[in-house]
Amino acid sequence: MSISNPAAAGSAGDPLSSVDTLIEGLGGVGYIASRRIATALYMAVNLQKPILVEGSAGVGKTELALSTATLLGLPLIRMQCYEGLDESKALYEWKYGKQLLYTQILKDRMGEALADAADMDEAMVRLHGMGDLFYSEPFLEPRPLMRALREDDGCVLLIDEVDKSDEAFEAFLLEVLSAYQVSVPELGVLKARTPPLVFLTSNNVRDLGDALKRRCLHLHIPLPEAALEEKIVASRVPGIEARLTRELVGFVQTLRTLDLRKAPSISETVDWARALVLLHADSLSPEMVRDTLNVILKFEQDITAVEPQVVELLHKR
Amino acid sequence: MQHTLEQFFRALRAADVRVSPAEAIDASGAVTVTGYADRTLFKDALCSTLAKSADEVGRFDAVFETFFARDAVSMPPPSASEQGEPSEADMQATESSPLAQAVLSGDNALIQQTMEDAAQRAGVADIRLTTQRSRLTRRLLEEMGLEEIERIIANARRFPEQQGLADRLDQARRDLFTEAQAYVARQHDLYAAASAQTLREERLARKQLNADGGVDPVDYQLMAALVKKMAKRLAAKYSRRRHIAHKGHLDVRKTLRRSLAYGGVPFDIQFKVKKVDKPSIVAICDVSKSVAAAAQFLLTFLYSLNEVVDRMEAFAFSGRMISVNDILDDHGVEQAIFRVLQEIGFQQTDYGRSLQDFSEQHLDKLDRRTTVIILGDGRSNFADPRLDLMREIHDRSRAVIWLNPEPESYWGQGDSVMNRYARFCHVAKQCGTIEQLERIIEDVLRSYVPH
Repeated sequence: MSISNPAAAGSAGDPLSSVDTLIEGLGGVGYIASRRIATALYMAVNLQKPILVEGSAGVGKTELALSTATLLGLPLIRMQCYEGLDESKALYEWKYGKQLLYTQILKDRMGEALADAADMDEAMVRLHGMGDLFYSEPFLEPRPLMRALREDDGCVLLIDEVDKSDEAFEAFLLEVLSAYQVSVPELGVLKARTPPLVFLTSNNVRDLGDALKRRCLHLHIPLPEAALEEKIVASRVPGIEARLTRELVGFVQTLRTLDLRKAPSISETVDWARALVLLHADSLSPEMVRDTLNVILKFEQDITAVEPQVVELLHKR
Repeated sequence: MQHTLEQFFRALRAADVRVSPAEAIDASGAVTVTGYADRTLFKDALCSTLAKSADEVGRFDAVFETFFARDAVSMPPPSASEQGEPSEADMQATESSPLAQAVLSGDNALIQQTMEDAAQRAGVADIRLTTQRSRLTRRLLEEMGLEEIERIIANARRFPEQQGLADRLDQARRDLFTEAQAYVARQHDLYAAASAQTLREERLARKQLNADGGVDPVDYQLMAALVKKMAKRLAAKYSRRRHIAHKGHLDVRKTLRRSLAYGGVPFDIQFKVKKVDKPSIVAICDVSKSVAAAAQFLLTFLYSLNEVVDRMEAFAFSGRMISVNDILDDHGVEQAIFRVLQEIGFQQTDYGRSLQDFSEQHLDKLDRRTTVIILGDGRSNFADPRLDLMREIHDRSRAVIWLNPEPESYWGQGDSVMNRYARFCHVAKQCGTIEQLERIIEDVLRSYVPH
């Protein structure tokens, strides 16, 4: 892996010079990163490697990629993975309809062009010349991966929920991720001038292959500790009172120790904080919590389990 | 430092964190970027290049802390009566041994350094087994130059004025011994602890499950983990199969038919798509007396399967048959097994009766997409085996797989009707150990399930 350092940093006053500046920079665009997150990102940029982000839903995996793109001032190209995703949707496709339409429209012209050909062989030769017309750039429909490779000034490529895709697609990604190039049969090998900064996210729907993992740096984002979460809430919900932040983060942290189907993650905490601000709450009261419980808990069973304990949980902290 | 990194990779591998050469190169590259000065940065950088799952991150942290626990030597400082620098005379007496001098002046860094060097010469890092510990401790102390200290002590004992020195060195010798022991123990934890675990797992995988006494209770947890791992793999394969839909082949007939609407221009292109059935599993588990030893294992398997396969019906029987779906869904693995056994376990087997229960109440659960897995020994206590019902199950389902904990040579002997049932199974196999179970399941998934 000896690709020269990218000029990815460029415009934004170089937040990439050290881990600390990176934390600061991300903080500036509203993403409060822990040291481990920032280090992983720093390594990804310096080693020119994709970064595989894992963690339960709502801990800010996708958000990390979005914030990084904002911080570095690079365009973000996003590819959502799902079952059945294949090359034609991820990399490129020929515009079949357009090709057919053009051949139909140009049928007469072609007839004319071929009419004065002396014999069959000559007509064939002319036809060959025309055939390539229809497999050229104007008929190419670039999909996210190809668009990312063609960004000359670099970009942030987010391959979201890669675990939802099939194994075949995962194997296909290997070439893109290790050499930042793809082979298109009709056009040849397409290599990125500036390698994109690649984020892959995974919810662990299935285990990813070792080959893919080997090519990536790994970052596991756990649910945050109270102090970090308070900072996140404060940054995401401007105008929230410090006391309310402390109380609601404390409550959510207690909830996570319970045996729930889906423990609330950061995004739920932030949503809840927003909801409470909208309701003009300045501290947590049991009634208020009961009324808004459906913001942080997403299963009926969880809500019914927690509801009777609300007062107790509020005092527990 | 490169050597230290290599040792660290070895320790990681011993802890079952996969470190391939490519990852090792990445890690070295990462370290050149970060440098060694900032411990957290160094750790996080290594972590992101080496640990590739949440599990591995946990193990990485543990190994890192043990491996780079460099302030480990904590020899007690020279005793209180001897404050300050050691006397001139003492230094002279211990001249031949730098280690003794280091001990006397309380230079822990030097002691540590000596120990590291000695450990490399003694090959402590090659430790494999717990039983090697005392021998390696001895070797380590020898390499550190303990003999020289012992000689000095013996020498000092001869002069009354040097008794104090001898006493102190004697104490230091004992302290050194404790330190060396701790050092070797740590190396053992780093390099050997995991391999013992692997050894145990391997042995367990090959153990006959219906042997006398079955699986040792201490191994239950390990077995449950093994079986679960397997069931998960099985489910992954199983589900992958149904995701393969054929794509990309042009459906000429359909395309031409559609093109009529556009005046013969093939405008709307149609591709061939193959519909793949969603498979379902019906698992029937024997928990009677004759399979008592293996029942725990079979139920663990049933439980794990239920956890990972979406569409599964689980039944257990000995005299009668009941559906155990709810029990498996609602309880933890140990509790679930206990409950199933409590409800119908260890009674007289009656295969005929149980099959009748099944076909009376649950036959409608079988269709051409269903795979039936029967776990049992086929010993029916000379009762009517009801082969007709077995045939009906066979006819209705896609595949019948019978896994029997007894070896094939026992089938048909005594009250076993296995050889007669086997005719109505697509696959009938012996499955006495976890290893066998694993292989069968792979085979089954690869080839036996007819399309």
